[in-house]
Amino acid sequence: MSNKQKSFWAGVRAELPLLIGVVPFGMIYGVLALNAGLAPAPAQMMSSIVFAGSAQFITAQLIREAVPGLVIVLTIAVVNLRHMLYSASVAPYMRALPVSWKVLLSYLLTDEAYAVTILHYEQEESSPTGHWFFLGAGLTLWTSWQLSTAAGILLGTTLPESWPLDFALPITFIALIMPALKDRPAIAASLTAGVVALLAYGLPYKLGLMLAGLLGILVGTWLEERASPRAVSPRRARGPNGGTL
Amino acid sequence: MNIWLVFLLGGLLTFGMRYSFIYLLGRFEVPETMRRALRFVPPAVLTALVVPELFVRSGQIDVSLTNFRLLAGVAAVLVAWKTKNTLLTILAGMIVLLMLEFIF
Repeated sequence: MSNKQKSFWAGVRAELPLLIGVVPFGMIYGVLALNAGLAPAPAQMMSSIVFAGSAQFITAQLIREAVPGLVIVLTIAVVNLRHMLYSASVAPYMRALPVSWKVLLSYLLTDEAYAVTILHYEQEESSPTGHWFFLGAGLTLWTSWQLSTAAGILLGTTLPESWPLDFALPITFIALIMPALKDRPAIAASLTAGVVALLAYGLPYKLGLMLAGLLGILVGTWLEERASPRAVSPRRARGPNGGTL
Repeated sequence: MNIWLVFLLGGLLTFGMRYSFIYLLGRFEVPETMRRALRFVPPAVLTALVVPELFVRSGQIDVSLTNFRLLAGVAAVLVAWKTKNTLLTILAGMIVLLMLEFIF
Protein backbone atom coordinates (compact mmCIF):
# COMPACT_ATOMS: atom_id res chain seq x y z
CA MET A 1 0.00 0.00 0.00
CA SER A 2 1.33 3.45 -0.86
CA ASN A 3 1.83 6.07 1.84
CA LYS A 4 -1.18 7.96 0.49
CA GLN A 5 -3.42 4.94 0.93
CA LYS A 6 -1.98 4.23 4.36
CA SER A 7 -2.72 7.79 5.44
CA PHE A 8 -6.22 7.67 3.96
CA TRP A 9 -7.12 4.48 5.81
CA ALA A 10 -5.52 5.73 9.02
CA GLY A 11 -7.88 8.72 8.73
CA VAL A 12 -10.86 6.41 8.19
CA ARG A 13 -9.88 4.32 11.22
CA ALA A 14 -9.34 7.38 13.42
CA GLU A 15 -12.84 8.61 12.55
CA LEU A 16 -14.64 5.31 13.20
CA PRO A 17 -15.05 5.64 17.00
CA LEU A 18 -16.79 8.99 16.50
CA LEU A 19 -19.47 7.33 14.38
CA ILE A 20 -20.96 5.65 17.47
CA GLY A 21 -22.14 9.12 18.45
CA VAL A 22 -22.62 10.61 14.97
CA VAL A 23 -25.00 7.97 13.57
CA PRO A 24 -27.74 8.39 16.19
CA PHE A 25 -27.27 12.16 15.90
CA GLY A 26 -27.85 11.97 12.12
CA MET A 27 -30.95 9.82 12.58
CA ILE A 28 -32.40 12.23 15.12
CA TYR A 29 -31.79 15.06 12.66
CA GLY A 30 -33.63 13.17 9.90
CA VAL A 31 -36.67 12.60 12.09
CA LEU A 32 -36.60 16.15 13.43
CA ALA A 33 -36.43 17.62 9.91
CA LEU A 34 -39.52 15.68 8.82
CA ASN A 35 -41.36 16.70 11.98
CA ALA A 36 -40.49 20.31 11.23
CA GLY A 37 -42.45 19.99 7.98
CA LEU A 38 -39.57 19.49 5.54
CA ALA A 39 -40.11 17.09 2.64
CA PRO A 40 -37.67 14.14 2.50
CA ALA A 41 -35.60 15.58 -0.39
CA PRO A 42 -34.76 18.94 1.22
CA ALA A 43 -34.28 17.24 4.59
CA GLN A 44 -31.70 14.93 3.04
CA MET A 45 -30.06 17.63 0.93
CA MET A 46 -29.54 19.92 3.91
CA SER A 47 -27.14 17.26 5.22
CA SER A 48 -24.97 17.59 2.13
CA ILE A 49 -25.40 21.32 1.35
CA VAL A 50 -24.99 22.70 4.86
CA PHE A 51 -23.29 19.60 6.35
CA ALA A 52 -23.08 20.85 9.94
CA GLY A 53 -25.01 18.98 12.62
CA SER A 54 -25.90 21.60 15.19
CA ALA A 55 -26.73 24.22 12.52
CA GLN A 56 -29.05 21.70 10.85
CA PHE A 57 -30.88 21.01 14.13
CA ILE A 58 -31.42 24.71 14.70
CA THR A 59 -32.47 25.25 11.07
CA ALA A 60 -35.10 22.52 11.34
CA GLN A 61 -36.37 24.17 14.52
CA LEU A 62 -36.55 27.61 12.84
CA ILE A 63 -38.34 26.20 9.79
CA ARG A 64 -40.97 24.71 12.06
CA GLU A 65 -41.43 28.12 13.68
CA ALA A 66 -41.71 29.67 10.19
CA VAL A 67 -38.88 32.12 10.85
CA PRO A 68 -37.96 34.28 7.78
CA GLY A 69 -35.34 32.73 5.48
CA LEU A 70 -32.79 35.49 5.90
CA VAL A 71 -32.84 35.05 9.67
CA ILE A 72 -32.24 31.32 9.21
CA VAL A 73 -29.28 31.98 6.90
CA LEU A 74 -27.71 34.38 9.40
CA THR A 75 -28.33 31.93 12.24
CA ILE A 76 -26.55 29.16 10.32
CA ALA A 77 -23.60 31.52 9.81
CA VAL A 78 -23.35 32.49 13.47
CA VAL A 79 -23.75 28.92 14.75
CA ASN A 80 -20.94 27.83 12.42
CA LEU A 81 -18.48 30.60 13.34
CA ARG A 82 -16.20 28.15 15.16
CA HIS A 83 -15.28 26.64 11.81
CA MET A 84 -13.15 29.71 11.16
CA LEU A 85 -11.02 28.68 14.14
CA TYR A 86 -10.71 25.16 12.73
CA SER A 87 -9.81 26.65 9.35
CA ALA A 88 -7.05 28.76 10.89
CA SER A 89 -5.84 25.78 12.93
CA VAL A 90 -5.35 23.39 9.99
CA ALA A 91 -4.36 26.06 7.44
CA PRO A 92 -0.59 26.11 8.21
CA TYR A 93 -0.42 22.38 7.38
CA MET A 94 -2.28 22.82 4.08
CA ARG A 95 -0.43 25.72 2.52
CA ALA A 96 1.26 23.75 -0.24
CA LEU A 97 -1.89 21.93 -1.39
CA PRO A 98 -3.56 22.67 -4.75
CA VAL A 99 -6.76 24.73 -4.63
CA SER A 100 -8.94 21.72 -5.47
CA TRP A 101 -7.70 19.88 -2.37
CA LYS A 102 -8.19 22.97 -0.21
CA VAL A 103 -11.77 23.37 -1.42
CA LEU A 104 -12.63 19.71 -0.94
CA LEU A 105 -11.10 19.49 2.53
CA SER A 106 -12.73 22.79 3.56
CA TYR A 107 -16.10 21.33 2.67
CA LEU A 108 -15.30 18.32 4.86
CA LEU A 109 -14.06 20.41 7.83
CA THR A 110 -16.53 19.47 10.58
CA ASP A 111 -16.00 19.28 14.37
CA GLU A 112 -15.46 15.53 14.12
CA ALA A 113 -13.08 15.55 11.14
CA TYR A 114 -11.15 18.47 12.61
CA ALA A 115 -10.65 16.80 16.00
CA VAL A 116 -8.89 13.73 14.61
CA THR A 117 -7.07 15.52 11.78
CA ILE A 118 -5.43 18.24 13.89
CA LEU A 119 -4.20 15.55 16.28
CA HIS A 120 -2.62 13.73 13.34
CA TYR A 121 -1.07 16.92 11.95
CA GLU A 122 0.38 17.83 15.35
CA GLN A 123 1.81 14.37 15.93
CA GLU A 124 3.34 14.06 12.45
CA GLU A 125 4.44 17.60 11.78
CA SER A 126 6.05 17.01 8.41
CA SER A 127 3.85 14.24 7.06
CA PRO A 128 3.58 14.81 3.29
CA THR A 129 0.39 12.74 3.12
CA GLY A 130 -1.51 14.42 5.98
CA HIS A 131 -4.18 15.62 3.56
CA TRP A 132 -4.99 12.00 2.71
CA PHE A 133 -5.59 11.35 6.40
CA PHE A 134 -7.89 14.41 6.48
CA LEU A 135 -9.72 13.12 3.40
CA GLY A 136 -10.18 9.66 4.94
CA ALA A 137 -11.56 11.11 8.17
CA GLY A 138 -13.71 13.69 6.35
CA LEU A 139 -15.24 11.27 3.85
CA THR A 140 -15.98 8.72 6.57
CA LEU A 141 -17.87 11.31 8.53
CA TRP A 142 -19.60 12.68 5.42
CA THR A 143 -20.80 9.25 4.30
CA SER A 144 -22.10 8.24 7.70
CA TRP A 145 -23.85 11.61 8.11
CA GLN A 146 -25.65 11.21 4.77
CA LEU A 147 -26.60 7.58 5.49
CA SER A 148 -27.76 8.21 9.03
CA THR A 149 -29.86 11.18 7.84
CA ALA A 150 -31.43 8.89 5.23
CA ALA A 151 -32.05 6.22 7.87
CA GLY A 152 -33.81 8.75 10.09
CA ILE A 153 -35.94 9.98 7.18
CA LEU A 154 -36.80 6.50 5.87
CA LEU A 155 -37.43 4.79 9.20
CA GLY A 156 -39.04 7.84 10.75
CA THR A 157 -37.75 6.68 14.10
CA THR A 158 -34.54 7.06 16.03
CA LEU A 159 -32.74 4.55 18.16
CA PRO A 160 -34.44 4.04 21.54
CA GLU A 161 -33.88 7.03 23.78
CA SER A 162 -32.83 4.74 26.60
CA TRP A 163 -29.65 4.04 24.61
CA PRO A 164 -27.44 6.96 25.55
CA LEU A 165 -25.39 6.65 22.34
CA ASP A 166 -25.25 10.42 21.87
CA PHE A 167 -22.90 10.41 24.85
CA ALA A 168 -20.25 8.63 22.77
CA LEU A 169 -19.47 11.89 20.95
CA PRO A 170 -18.42 14.03 23.94
CA ILE A 171 -16.38 11.19 25.44
CA THR A 172 -14.58 10.64 22.15
CA PHE A 173 -13.70 14.33 22.18
CA ILE A 174 -12.36 13.84 25.73
CA ALA A 175 -9.99 11.18 24.37
CA LEU A 176 -8.92 13.55 21.59
CA ILE A 177 -8.36 16.54 23.89
CA MET A 178 -5.98 14.64 26.19
CA PRO A 179 -2.92 14.61 23.87
CA ALA A 180 -3.31 18.38 23.34
CA LEU A 181 -2.88 19.01 27.08
CA LYS A 182 0.89 18.70 26.96
CA ASP A 183 1.91 21.75 29.01
CA ARG A 184 0.55 24.36 31.41
CA PRO A 185 -0.58 26.93 28.85
CA ALA A 186 -2.56 24.24 26.99
CA ILE A 187 -4.15 23.00 30.22
CA ALA A 188 -5.01 26.58 31.17
CA ALA A 189 -6.54 27.13 27.74
CA SER A 190 -8.67 24.03 28.20
CA LEU A 191 -9.78 24.92 31.76
CA THR A 192 -10.61 28.50 30.79
CA ALA A 193 -12.64 27.36 27.81
CA GLY A 194 -14.48 24.81 29.96
CA VAL A 195 -15.41 27.31 32.66
CA VAL A 196 -16.47 30.00 30.18
CA ALA A 197 -18.49 27.47 28.17
CA LEU A 198 -20.52 26.78 31.33
CA LEU A 199 -20.85 30.40 32.42
CA ALA A 200 -21.89 31.48 28.91
CA TYR A 201 -24.05 28.45 28.25
CA GLY A 202 -27.22 30.54 28.09
CA LEU A 203 -26.01 32.60 25.12
CA PRO A 204 -27.92 31.87 21.90
CA TYR A 205 -26.52 30.53 18.60
CA LYS A 206 -23.68 28.64 20.26
CA LEU A 207 -21.99 31.99 20.92
CA GLY A 208 -20.98 30.68 24.35
CA LEU A 209 -18.89 28.03 22.60
CA MET A 210 -17.23 30.65 20.41
CA LEU A 211 -16.55 32.95 23.37
CA ALA A 212 -15.17 30.07 25.44
CA GLY A 213 -12.89 28.96 22.59
CA LEU A 214 -11.54 32.47 22.00
CA LEU A 215 -10.91 33.18 25.69
CA GLY A 216 -9.21 29.81 26.11
CA ILE A 217 -6.91 30.54 23.17
CA LEU A 218 -6.21 34.01 24.58
CA VAL A 219 -5.28 32.70 28.05
CA GLY A 220 -3.08 29.94 26.59
CA THR A 221 -1.25 32.37 24.32
CA TRP A 222 -0.81 34.89 27.13
CA LEU A 223 0.63 32.28 29.52
CA GLU A 224 2.99 31.03 26.87
CA GLU A 225 4.20 34.55 26.08
CA ARG A 226 4.86 35.08 29.78
CA ALA A 227 6.83 31.83 30.03
CA SER A 228 8.58 32.20 26.66
CA PRO A 229 12.34 31.52 26.41
CA ARG A 230 13.01 35.20 27.10
CA ALA A 231 12.11 34.56 30.75
CA VAL A 232 15.26 34.06 32.81
CA SER A 233 13.73 32.36 35.84
CA PRO A 234 14.72 28.66 35.64
CA ARG A 235 11.47 27.74 37.35
CA ARG A 236 9.69 28.90 34.24
CA ALA A 237 12.11 27.28 31.83
CA ARG A 238 10.39 24.69 29.69
CA GLY A 239 11.56 21.11 29.42
CA PRO A 240 12.67 19.52 26.14
CA ASN A 241 9.13 18.35 25.49
CA GLY A 242 7.79 21.81 26.08
CA GLY A 243 6.27 20.61 29.33
CA THR A 244 6.71 21.69 32.91
CA LEU A 245 4.68 18.85 34.39
CA MET B 1 -37.39 32.89 0.96
CA ASN B 2 -37.34 29.61 -0.91
CA ILE B 3 -36.06 26.75 1.28
CA TRP B 4 -33.45 25.72 -1.29
CA LEU B 5 -32.10 29.26 -1.39
CA VAL B 6 -31.84 29.20 2.42
CA PHE B 7 -29.82 25.98 2.27
CA LEU B 8 -27.66 27.26 -0.57
CA LEU B 9 -26.80 30.55 1.17
CA GLY B 10 -26.34 28.83 4.55
CA GLY B 11 -24.13 26.21 2.92
CA LEU B 12 -22.09 28.83 1.06
CA LEU B 13 -21.52 30.85 4.22
CA THR B 14 -20.54 27.71 6.13
CA PHE B 15 -18.16 26.69 3.37
CA GLY B 16 -16.77 30.23 3.26
CA MET B 17 -15.93 30.11 6.95
CA ARG B 18 -14.35 26.67 6.63
CA TYR B 19 -12.30 27.84 3.64
CA SER B 20 -11.48 31.31 5.03
CA PHE B 21 -8.09 30.81 6.67
CA ILE B 22 -7.15 27.83 4.55
CA TYR B 23 -7.39 30.25 1.62
CA LEU B 24 -5.80 33.26 3.36
CA LEU B 25 -2.84 31.41 4.87
CA GLY B 26 -2.07 29.96 1.47
CA ARG B 27 -1.54 33.46 0.12
CA PHE B 28 -0.01 35.29 3.06
CA GLU B 29 2.61 34.48 5.69
CA VAL B 30 1.24 33.30 9.03
CA PRO B 31 2.00 36.01 11.62
CA GLU B 32 4.15 34.64 14.47
CA THR B 33 1.64 35.54 17.22
CA MET B 34 -1.10 33.76 15.32
CA ARG B 35 1.06 30.69 14.80
CA ARG B 36 1.58 30.53 18.56
CA ALA B 37 -2.11 31.07 19.30
CA LEU B 38 -3.29 28.36 16.90
CA ARG B 39 -1.77 25.62 19.04
CA PHE B 40 -4.50 26.37 21.60
CA VAL B 41 -7.44 25.88 19.24
CA PRO B 42 -7.83 22.13 19.89
CA PRO B 43 -7.66 22.18 23.72
CA ALA B 44 -9.84 25.32 23.96
CA VAL B 45 -12.55 24.65 21.37
CA LEU B 46 -12.87 20.91 21.94
CA THR B 47 -13.16 21.45 25.70
CA ALA B 48 -15.81 24.12 25.09
CA LEU B 49 -17.73 21.56 23.00
CA VAL B 50 -17.56 18.83 25.64
CA VAL B 51 -18.08 20.58 28.97
CA PRO B 52 -21.74 21.60 28.51
CA GLU B 53 -22.53 18.02 27.39
CA LEU B 54 -21.35 16.79 30.78
CA PHE B 55 -22.58 19.53 33.09
CA VAL B 56 -25.83 20.75 31.57
CA ARG B 57 -28.86 18.51 32.04
CA SER B 58 -32.29 19.69 30.85
CA GLY B 59 -31.02 23.23 30.42
CA GLN B 60 -29.57 23.52 33.94
CA ILE B 61 -26.01 23.20 35.21
CA ASP B 62 -26.04 20.06 37.36
CA VAL B 63 -23.01 19.20 39.51
CA SER B 64 -24.77 16.69 41.75
CA LEU B 65 -24.04 12.96 42.04
CA THR B 66 -27.27 12.24 40.18
CA ASN B 67 -25.75 13.74 37.03
CA PHE B 68 -24.56 10.41 35.64
CA ARG B 69 -23.11 11.96 32.50
CA LEU B 70 -20.79 14.07 34.60
CA LEU B 71 -19.65 11.01 36.60
CA ALA B 72 -19.16 8.97 33.43
CA GLY B 73 -17.29 11.92 31.90
CA VAL B 74 -14.92 12.03 34.89
CA ALA B 75 -14.30 8.29 34.44
CA ALA B 76 -13.60 8.89 30.74
CA VAL B 77 -11.14 11.70 31.57
CA LEU B 78 -9.24 9.39 33.95
CA VAL B 79 -9.10 6.54 31.44
CA ALA B 80 -8.10 8.89 28.59
CA TRP B 81 -5.37 10.38 30.77
CA LYS B 82 -4.00 7.01 31.92
CA THR B 83 -4.30 5.00 28.69
CA LYS B 84 -4.28 7.62 25.88
CA ASN B 85 -6.53 5.14 24.08
CA THR B 86 -9.66 6.43 22.32
CA LEU B 87 -11.56 3.16 22.22
CA LEU B 88 -10.91 2.34 25.90
CA THR B 89 -12.05 5.86 26.81
CA ILE B 90 -15.34 5.46 24.94
CA LEU B 91 -15.92 2.02 26.44
CA ALA B 92 -15.18 3.23 29.97
CA GLY B 93 -17.45 6.28 29.63
CA MET B 94 -20.32 4.33 28.09
CA ILE B 95 -20.08 1.40 30.51
CA VAL B 96 -20.01 3.69 33.56
CA LEU B 97 -23.01 5.63 32.24
CA LEU B 98 -25.01 2.49 31.41
CA MET B 99 -24.21 0.91 34.78
CA LEU B 100 -25.24 4.02 36.70
CA GLU B 101 -28.47 4.30 34.71
CA PHE B 102 -29.17 0.60 35.18
CA ILE B 103 -28.51 0.54 38.93
CA PHE B 104 -30.25 3.78 39.89
